[in-house]
Amino acid sequence: MADVEEAELSEKQKKEIAKWFFLNAPADVKAILNDEQLYNEAASESFPLYNKSYMICLEMPGRMGDVLITSFGELNENEFLDPRTTQVAIVDHIKQVCTKARPALDEELPSSYIEEFRCALDAELLKYVGEAYPKGVCSVYCTNGKDVEGPGFDFELVAVISAARLSPQNFCNGSWRSVWNIEFKDDDQMLELRGKLQVGAHYFEEGNVQLDAKHECRDSTVFQSPDDCAITIASIIRHHETEYLASLEASYSNLPDTTFKDLRRKLPVTRTQFPWHNTLQFSLTRDITKELGIGK
Amino acid sequence: MADPDPFDSALDLLRRLNPAHTSKNLDALCQLAPSLTEDLLSSVDQPLEVRKCKKTGREYLLCDYNRDGDSWRSPWSNEFEPPIEDDDGGTVPSDRVRKMEIKLNDGIDIYRDLYYDGGVSSVYLWDLDDGFAGVVLLKKSNDPPPPPPRPGSIAHRIALLTSSATASAPQTASTGSWDSIHVFESVDRARMSHYKLTSTVILQLGAKSEALGNMSLGGNLTRQVEQDMPAESDDSHVSNIGKMIEDMELKMRNLLQEVYFGKAKDVVGDLRSISSLSEANRDKATHREMISGMSK
Repeated sequence: MADVEEAELSEKQKKEIAKWFFLNAPADVKAILNDEQLYNEAASESFPLYNKSYMICLEMPGRMGDVLITSFGELNENEFLDPRTTQVAIVDHIKQVCTKARPALDEELPSSYIEEFRCALDAELLKYVGEAYPKGVCSVYCTNGKDVEGPGFDFELVAVISAARLSPQNFCNGSWRSVWNIEFKDDDQMLELRGKLQVGAHYFEEGNVQLDAKHECRDSTVFQSPDDCAITIASIIRHHETEYLASLEASYSNLPDTTFKDLRRKLPVTRTQFPWHNTLQFSLTRDITKELGIGK
Repeated sequence: MADPDPFDSALDLLRRLNPAHTSKNLDALCQLAPSLTEDLLSSVDQPLEVRKCKKTGREYLLCDYNRDGDSWRSPWSNEFEPPIEDDDGGTVPSDRVRKMEIKLNDGIDIYRDLYYDGGVSSVYLWDLDDGFAGVVLLKKSNDPPPPPPRPGSIAHRIALLTSSATASAPQTASTGSWDSIHVFESVDRARMSHYKLTSTVILQLGAKSEALGNMSLGGNLTRQVEQDMPAESDDSHVSNIGKMIEDMELKMRNLLQEVYFGKAKDVVGDLRSISSLSEANRDKATHREMISGMSK
């Protein structure tokens, strides 16, 4: 295959393409790549990105509970903090398992002042996720100002919710990811919330259909006690996510009557099927079409 | 275990990737494994390209079946564009098959007006030893959405009469595209003709609004059907093929709307409940009480 050689890509380009596939579909590209070393390199670079981007949930050993793999809890490439249990999970990204867990060091955890806010929100969020997500997992991290010891300083918490449904035997996969940034502004005694929601669904039995949806929203509230903050934040999150799901549902319920119908009707405007039985009638049908003012 | 076949792996990968990016994924796969290029391009359907016929000014669709090198044959002029500098000027169908091609193009063109209210269609036929074969292509895009019909125009009056739900959410911007590719062959047998049809529909719908953010729902489906029908003349071939395609498009449109979009909706519903779970559980408990009450 001499003519193929000039189109041959560099190793680096190949690896980049392989990584793109890894990040978009957890499928096997080994056979296509046909290069063990390149495959391993691409895998080891893409899996950590995939795991964090999809915020996958792994079980910690010793009935320690689950840990979410997110960039907010990332201490280093293989170590992820679970703030609820104050454990650090050591993960194998490619195998997608947690191999070990160790107690977090003091300097890896927020101050007790911050922990009051974080812990209260975690409890409220757990209640909400238990109510709304059949298989949802959530976590609350401090991403800014974790060492703040008391009032007078700003800090930031991030609440994440991740729900996945992987059932390849039923030919469908789905994922819901929410990331809520909450800025606690000490100066103006306000809380600023920014939410990013991402929903995906994939059904591939004798076909391939994919839903891809993204939404961003903002809200704010007043700075209160840790418990009151937690209740307010959880109710804001609940409100926005419920509204969003409702507009998502409305949108695909409307599709058949709007966009889909604009593309192709179920039946012609004439309400009858096409007169294929009479090819002489083609031109007559065209005249009627023109008469009705449809078509070009 | 034997290594999976690279071609099968590539097809499997494409099935898992978002159908909205098929062309991009295909391109990347071909770069990664140049030896698979030809097989992949001929077995994976992509959205169709449109070109304008230089001679007649009408639009036509490009595919592998009307291509010869870097030239494509227009179904309206029967000429290759750009012209082929060969002695024969590129392969065209025999006179008899070209006559059917003209007739089928004519029929599908009116069919397209009736069902699609716009868009582009093309039919290409070619000779077989014991019959003929062909491809019917249809494409419609709504990008950006078309303006509403002029009030008072006939089209507007028809729209009012025929549609109950006209653009229910005016603040939502929606886009969409439909491509259908019907490849068929007709083989002459004793008293009947045997028809085999393979149809692919590629559909892409998108919606955007303040409350919704960005949503895209897309997919592709392929279905096959075989049928024996009497064909006393070439006109009956045209009728038979037209009818088969009309039935197939109806079936596939329904499948996409009812089964595939329904599945995508179910997957999201399984991730996050629209009503709270405790409410749902309460309902279930009430239901159980009712049943046990009745069975007493």
